[in-house]
Amino acid sequence: MSTISLHDTHNHDNHDDHGHHKETFLTKYVFSQDHKMIAKQFLITGIIMAVIAMGLSILFRLQLAWPDKDFPILETFLGKWAEGGRIKPDFYLALVTIHGTIMVFFVLTAGLSGTFSNLLIPLQIGARDMASPFLNMLSYWFFFTACVIMMGSFFIQTGPASAGWTVYPPLSALPTAISGSGLGMTLWLISMVLFVASSLMGGINYVSTILNMRTKGMDLWKMPLTIWAFFLTAILGILSFPVLVAGVVLLIFDRSFGTSFYLSDIVMGTQILPNEGGSPILWQHLFWFLGHPEVYIVIMPAMGLSSEIMSVNARKPIFGYHAMIYSLIGITILSFIVWGHHMFVTGMNPLLGGVFMITTLIIAVPSAVKTFNWLATLWRGNIRFTPAMLFAIGMVSFFISGGLTGIFLGNASLDINLHDTYFVIAHFHLVMGSAAIFGMLAGVYHYFPKMFGRMMSSKLGYLHFWITFACAYLVFFPLHFLGLDGVPRRYYAFTEFEFMQKWVTVNILVTWSAIIAALAQVAFLFNFFYSIFKGKVASQNPWQANTLEWTTPVERLHGNWPGEIPTVYRWPYDYSKPGAEADFIPQTVPFSQTMSSNMPHDFEGNSESERIQREWEEENPSVDASK
Amino acid sequence: MSLRKFISNKTIAALAVILTAFANTSAFAQAAAAETAKKPIDMGPIYKSVIFYTMAFLLVCLFVAIIGKALKVYELTREAQDKPKGIDWNKVNGVLFALFLIVGLYGVYWEYTVHGNMILPEAASEHGKKIDQMFNITLILTTIVFIITHILLFAFAYFYKYTNKRKAYYYPHNNTIERIWTIVPAFVLTILVLMGFLTWRSIFYKIEDPNNKPISIEITSSQFAWAIRYAGADGVVGTKNYKLITSVNALGIDFRDKNTLDDQSADEMVIPVNKPVRLILTSKDVIHSFFMPHFRVQLNTVPGMTSYFEFTPTITTEEMKAKTNDPTFKYLFLCNKICGDGHYKMQKEVKVVSMAEYEAWVKEQPAYLTDDLKKEFNIPVTPATTTVVADTTAKDSSAVKTKQLALKN
Repeated sequence: MSTISLHDTHNHDNHDDHGHHKETFLTKYVFSQDHKMIAKQFLITGIIMAVIAMGLSILFRLQLAWPDKDFPILETFLGKWAEGGRIKPDFYLALVTIHGTIMVFFVLTAGLSGTFSNLLIPLQIGARDMASPFLNMLSYWFFFTACVIMMGSFFIQTGPASAGWTVYPPLSALPTAISGSGLGMTLWLISMVLFVASSLMGGINYVSTILNMRTKGMDLWKMPLTIWAFFLTAILGILSFPVLVAGVVLLIFDRSFGTSFYLSDIVMGTQILPNEGGSPILWQHLFWFLGHPEVYIVIMPAMGLSSEIMSVNARKPIFGYHAMIYSLIGITILSFIVWGHHMFVTGMNPLLGGVFMITTLIIAVPSAVKTFNWLATLWRGNIRFTPAMLFAIGMVSFFISGGLTGIFLGNASLDINLHDTYFVIAHFHLVMGSAAIFGMLAGVYHYFPKMFGRMMSSKLGYLHFWITFACAYLVFFPLHFLGLDGVPRRYYAFTEFEFMQKWVTVNILVTWSAIIAALAQVAFLFNFFYSIFKGKVASQNPWQANTLEWTTPVERLHGNWPGEIPTVYRWPYDYSKPGAEADFIPQTVPFSQTMSSNMPHDFEGNSESERIQREWEEENPSVDASK
Repeated sequence: MSLRKFISNKTIAALAVILTAFANTSAFAQAAAAETAKKPIDMGPIYKSVIFYTMAFLLVCLFVAIIGKALKVYELTREAQDKPKGIDWNKVNGVLFALFLIVGLYGVYWEYTVHGNMILPEAASEHGKKIDQMFNITLILTTIVFIITHILLFAFAYFYKYTNKRKAYYYPHNNTIERIWTIVPAFVLTILVLMGFLTWRSIFYKIEDPNNKPISIEITSSQFAWAIRYAGADGVVGTKNYKLITSVNALGIDFRDKNTLDDQSADEMVIPVNKPVRLILTSKDVIHSFFMPHFRVQLNTVPGMTSYFEFTPTITTEEMKAKTNDPTFKYLFLCNKICGDGHYKMQKEVKVVSMAEYEAWVKEQPAYLTDDLKKEFNIPVTPATTTVVADTTAKDSSAVKTKQLALKN
């Protein structure tokens, strides 16, 4: 703690002469301890990983759409993995595995939470930096190393891990079962341990910063929903990620030291393995104990960002601020007791299946509340369609579409026939894939001026949104019906089964949509990187928003505010308040300056303030009547 | 954003670089092809097609850039002439949302009717009918919610798009509304949970009818094949032990157990209609998943753990052929858990037949206990006590055995 306070006072006292800092290129851009720079590092690494994972998905979509066609160009790039221009079955599995791993962990966890928690927590609660900037820097570099190791597995003889992103043993434990379970799997496990370390360092930092370093007046119930979302996400991560590490360590033991935590009664061909007494189901429990909270780790920051962006751009307070927070808390708690719905058909005791079904369907209630609140926020708003707003609305749409299919999958009886089919693929790509990505993109468009001091082109943003939005639906909506026909996921080709062959034409449509969606991302990438250097210079508060980050100067100082940290007087959603001159009142404006727009509930039962307000209203009856 | 400058300089430079790169590689490829005559593929046309697609994409980019530039010029002239802003993008996006809603609703209708007709036929099992019924109820409820929420979402986007004539309505909360939309979903979900819970229990907690005992069939999965074992005359599938697995005894059946002596192997699953079937699911190597989509049956096969699923088929294969109007219709089971390279082709056929046909068929199936195995377990080669089935088909059984081994390899 001493370092925190030291750091804080240090900045406080020397806010106007930073000369003695002597920032070199290395300390400013590489080993930076400034939360804004770390956020940018997370974002750009996340974007690079997203592009890679998207590329992988295009590769396996090619295979699914044209299973009988050669693409010799693939051999040029992939060599022995695509001999004769056809992706091999084991490499196909590696592609889906690494696509899933990168997207879930590196893009939607680190890229989303890492970027926006780092950027917004100090800025929105009024702190000069994170509680521990050094830990924050370490967090990024652990993440970066994890990325490098994961990508490195593409360059080894046996190829990357290929047992699916859930890496169920024994398939992932036995190198003889699939070639990816050799060195590739070891690298996957190492990368995952580093990743979890990174995310824990980040999470602890986020929680301690939010709890200890809020500016004067910023009580918990005045925090923007983004901060609430990051706070609860960090708690989820801290409590669930260590369980994954435990599982991973046991798997490393099974793989390398001959233990039998997950292995028992196994015969490969005719070779009888000595392992006895383990259970593959144990891994599934440990994995999904993280795995399910993980999907909320992915979606909650997207929810927080969308809530904030929708409120700002609808020029309306978020409807049911308290209900939004309680539903986030509800989701956080419930998400710990629903993991078994991934395991209904594993042969787990059916009694457990019944229990997990009940808890799973309960979690739909807070999700429904959030959805209705978003709709109510848009109702009678005055909606400015900035690209960020478009993506936030898209996020709500995907969340509804994907969330509703969750009601099918959460029902154990229905899951019998839907489990591991394309219905599941469609479900989670909409609800946590597309929705979370859209939340992230909304955040990027909205906070770009805060990160780089410049604006992104909104017209390219519109183009990017509409193509991506339409194509995402074209990709994932038809996949539901493959699932309803019993087509399993992770199938290399549909050629072996007669009943699947009618879906190949649908696969062609899906693949073309995916390709177009991928090309649309070029509009984003160009917009992003071009605007960093050449974008229109942003004003201090380009969106006329209330939250604290827009009171900092455009130049993005180390320490955030040149002078004293502003004090907070009100909640962050006073948009279009009747009686106010402008359609927004920043959190830093005291009620004494907005006498004409104050409402009784603003004072939270403070009788002194209420008395002053009453007196003022008696003196100015005309203003009061106009309300 | 000076797009024009970008197009004129950088795009052309980039195009030139890409063109030269491709020209060079294709030249090298041709040279290489000339040197080694055995090179099977002529890369020339391939690179040409790659260049074609790249050029097409760059052309699209160019087109987008030109439109962007034109829009910018248009807006600048409007500004210079002090006229109101050229294009109201809020309006454009609002209208696009309305269009998206209309096209999207039609798209959903199209999907439901066209792709919705390509899905699995009605459930061919007793519990499957309950599952289908519940599926339909859930589908109706979720579709209603899906349509209404999307109409609201996009209609709000259209109707409440920005105008400077209006101020948004300050409406921070309403506890009554919050309560309603907490309680209503909770109520609907409670009904769904109860139905799901009761169905789930009825599937996994079966009370055995002594007059209608289920047929036991054991399924063993391995990379990448299924083995099917019928219980034989005694109705009991005998014990097995993975430690006894050899190249001859592929399942590791313990023939010291009397119940195993009449066990039969089969190459496909034939089951009688309206008779309960109890599946005993095991795995030899990794986790697989036994999935019979037409019967709404799925359970993972886990090494070291035996799991059970009981179901009653209700529609014979012939009846299903008539119902689906498809003379080639087949029931089957397949693997639905990633298990390795060959995951995508693990399948076996299932035939649902009348009781009489089943009884005739099952008599024909070979016993597991072959002469080789008898030697291994020190059982006399022609024992008097073995069942008729085993005796008559001893020859066939070895044939099946080799076939199975071939599948393993």
